[in-house]
Amino acid sequence: MLINCPYCGPRDLSEFTYRGDANRTRPADTSTDQAAWNAYVYERVNTAGDHPEYWQHSGGCRSHILVMRSTLTHEIASVSLARGQKKASARRQQKKRPARRRQEDRT
Amino acid sequence: MVEPLSPLETDWKPGHYGHVANGAGVTLSQTQPGSIVQAAAFAGEEKTLIAALKDATGLALPDGAGAGVINGARAAFGIAPGRFLLVDQAEGLADTLSSAVQADTGTLTDLSHGRTAIRVAGTSAQWVLAKLFAIDFALTAFPVANGCSTAHHDIFAHIQRTGETQFDLYVFRSFARSFWKSLCHASEDVGYQVK
Ligand SMILES: [Zn+2]
Repeated sequence: MLINCPYCGPRDLSEFTYRGDANRTRPADTSTDQAAWNAYVYERVNTAGDHPEYWQHSGGCRSHILVMRSTLTHEIASVSLARGQKKASARRQQKKRPARRRQEDRT
Repeated sequence: MVEPLSPLETDWKPGHYGHVANGAGVTLSQTQPGSIVQAAAFAGEEKTLIAALKDATGLALPDGAGAGVINGARAAFGIAPGRFLLVDQAEGLADTLSSAVQADTGTLTDLSHGRTAIRVAGTSAQWVLAKLFAIDFALTAFPVANGCSTAHHDIFAHIQRTGETQFDLYVFRSFARSFWKSLCHASEDVGYQVK
């Protein structure tokens, strides 16, 4: 399997380390929400198909990357740097909030 | 400064080895640079760092992943997003850079004694390295001055192409001797000269 690192280009799987399912959201470090931690640690959607996951190019540029890999075929649909991903998804969530949207309309 | 001592020690024996009937396919040597420094930019400070490195060393790093520059006794190349390896045959590069790079631009790590620099040169250099690393070493894919970060059986290596048939490898000092042995074995079929 080859992973196309956004910095290094296509590299052999042996240069990469799996860093986990990217479907889940880690609770804040100070969170004491047992249900949220339980979901983060134990619950998996077990996708058959395109699966977002974190990898690290540990034997190369050492960047953390977000890979969309099919669990059925190992085909990789997309690869991007993990850096900045959280902020992007937070912005998307923010836009979905109607209160926020009304505020934007007024300005 | 403490004199850098090669970790290859007794395993570094000048001479000709392997299948050298038609001449040595590669020459293996140590470049023994006085300074090896890693520079890393904080997020958004990449351009500022590149400019500071240029002012301090004269090395103008081109845009692009792995892009590099060679200028006489000095060389530099990209090893990761916003991170660069700089090499100087003279000592003291880390001191020069630490006064040139502002604290809020990025960080500098002096690796002068932490890495061993091995040069693989000759018509079969590409062939030998292709046995060790899953990298496309063709000149079109890996132009002169460009570099890459890769690994050989978990032994990390930074490689810069310093000529059409010449590569400079930077490996961890503590693994250098064992890497050197594999490199010698990989060079036997084309014949090699240790110089
Ligand atoms: Zn990479």
